[in-house]
Amino acid sequence: MKTKVKSGRGFVSLWKYRWLYVFMLPGVAYFIIFKYVPLWGLLMAFKNYQPHLGLMKSSWVGFQHFARFFGMPEFWMLFRNTLLLGLYSLVIFFPITIILALLLNELRSELYKRFLQTLIYVPHFLSWVVIAGISYMLLTTEGGVINDIITGITGGPAIEFLTSTEWFRPLIILQMIWKDAGWGTIIFLAALAGVNLQLYEAARMDGANRLQQLWHVTLPSIRSVIVILFILRLGSFLDLGFEQVFLMLNAINREVGEIFDTYVYRVGLQQGQFSYSTAVGLFKSAVGFILVIIANKLAKMFGEEGIY
Amino acid sequence: MHTHASLPSKIFDAINFTVLGLVGLAAFLPFVYVVVTSFSAQNVVWPTEFTLDTYKYIFSTATFVRSIGVSVYITLLGTVLSLLATSLMAYSLSFKYLPGRSGILLMVLFTMLFNGGLIPTYFVVKQLGMINSLWSLMVPGLISAFYLIVMRDFFASVPHELIESAKIDGAHDIGILLRIVLPLSLPALAAFGLFYAVGIWNQYFSAIMYINTPEKWPVQVILRQIVVLASGGLGDSGGSSGENVAYYGQGVKMAVIVVSTIPILLVYPFLQKHFAKGALLGSVKG
Repeated sequence: MKTKVKSGRGFVSLWKYRWLYVFMLPGVAYFIIFKYVPLWGLLMAFKNYQPHLGLMKSSWVGFQHFARFFGMPEFWMLFRNTLLLGLYSLVIFFPITIILALLLNELRSELYKRFLQTLIYVPHFLSWVVIAGISYMLLTTEGGVINDIITGITGGPAIEFLTSTEWFRPLIILQMIWKDAGWGTIIFLAALAGVNLQLYEAARMDGANRLQQLWHVTLPSIRSVIVILFILRLGSFLDLGFEQVFLMLNAINREVGEIFDTYVYRVGLQQGQFSYSTAVGLFKSAVGFILVIIANKLAKMFGEEGIY
Repeated sequence: MHTHASLPSKIFDAINFTVLGLVGLAAFLPFVYVVVTSFSAQNVVWPTEFTLDTYKYIFSTATFVRSIGVSVYITLLGTVLSLLATSLMAYSLSFKYLPGRSGILLMVLFTMLFNGGLIPTYFVVKQLGMINSLWSLMVPGLISAFYLIVMRDFFASVPHELIESAKIDGAHDIGILLRIVLPLSLPALAAFGLFYAVGIWNQYFSAIMYINTPEKWPVQVILRQIVVLASGGLGDSGGSSGENVAYYGQGVKMAVIVVSTIPILLVYPFLQKHFAKGALLGSVKG
């Protein structure tokens, strides 16, 4: 078998495997056209792009667009909004997923567990439009069932969930939890299924109760999975659900809801400031890239494998 | 696993059973409400009268029926194209001795960490003449780098001896892929087929970015118009007719949500055991 592996060199082997290369052509073409050509388009951020001149003939302006962006009051607003949403999803959404998985794991009835899993996975497959739609229908002050209940009980005025600044972030986090917390348990449940049962046996011998078993056996056993996933989330800190936020934004909650991505869309495609918004997008991507690198370093410091 | 349960342990179980039951209920209740309300013409907290008028209405409008047609078309065609391109590339990349393989793999991995972003991608799609064409809803997301890598791992786990012996018997690479590798990787194909399909069916943003004639809008855009913006109803004569969404109220909106979600809920049970496996492989290897 081994002799087969060193199967010629250069053109000989290229010809030998020609069909494999042919198979790869559509894929490679896709990645070059839709992932690498846009990198070239990033030059726009350093130019004053004018559509009638084209990218190459437009004049260079260096870091002018970046300077303008950093000097704007909007910059800090976007920075704060993006950071806070990222932070909330990290400290609220992430632990909830783990707790949910731990609780599911403690269920004795396999049938009940399956049934619940089926229920809580479903929202993951809904579009953000549907989720935003359901949120609007339930929360609107004009006949939404939640406000009907609130006014029914308190007799007071309805709460402006959808058009207020203080409810925006809680709503976004709640939607995240409803859509994806169940789905997120899959990986933890798999890790939990791999825990050595003898460890529980030994813990019980030592007189550990259920909670102590959970704390001293179960949690440490899935520690590495938790660390890896935490780091992955840290790495994609700035990549909040763009569609989700976009769909919940309106004129009133914009000051707490606008994030880098929605801003790029609004100023870039809607207002036609291509170069400026490309610069904003590039800034965000660069920060995200650095975060991934740092997160991966952290993973290795923790003695984990890292993600690359 | 937990034999000889003590009393505190039993209490723990009871609480856990109840709490998780409530969680399941909370996950599912919104659906029940949406479905029930969709069968009601009135705005009430709990609908009492059953009617099919809402469904009759939305299916009588050309706008809605056409958008469903667009969504079905791009989902079927797009999923086939995505699975084809992904599995062909994954198959080639699964041969460890293929010259240039690691370079291409690196190229794919890099796209997961860094990309040109919204505006430059938009310009590429525009340059290709895809603006306002349904191709813009299928081609820019043709391959997910992540699914590609997981599928490559799936293919690489097919016993190498099988492939070698087929080659000795004179089988062509296409034959090997179609008759040996793909049948053995059915769970992966099912899972990623579903993920691709759900992704295309659910996409909203690419449609508002690339498509500007309302006749070509997929159902998600129509959904947003009706439910969130509560504007631009389903009335075919451009809103001038008195028969608009406001007249039917919540019921019509809910019916639109239900119909646009049904295709997903229909395939879900059949693929459930596969996607759990696929998602798992994905997350572990990722």
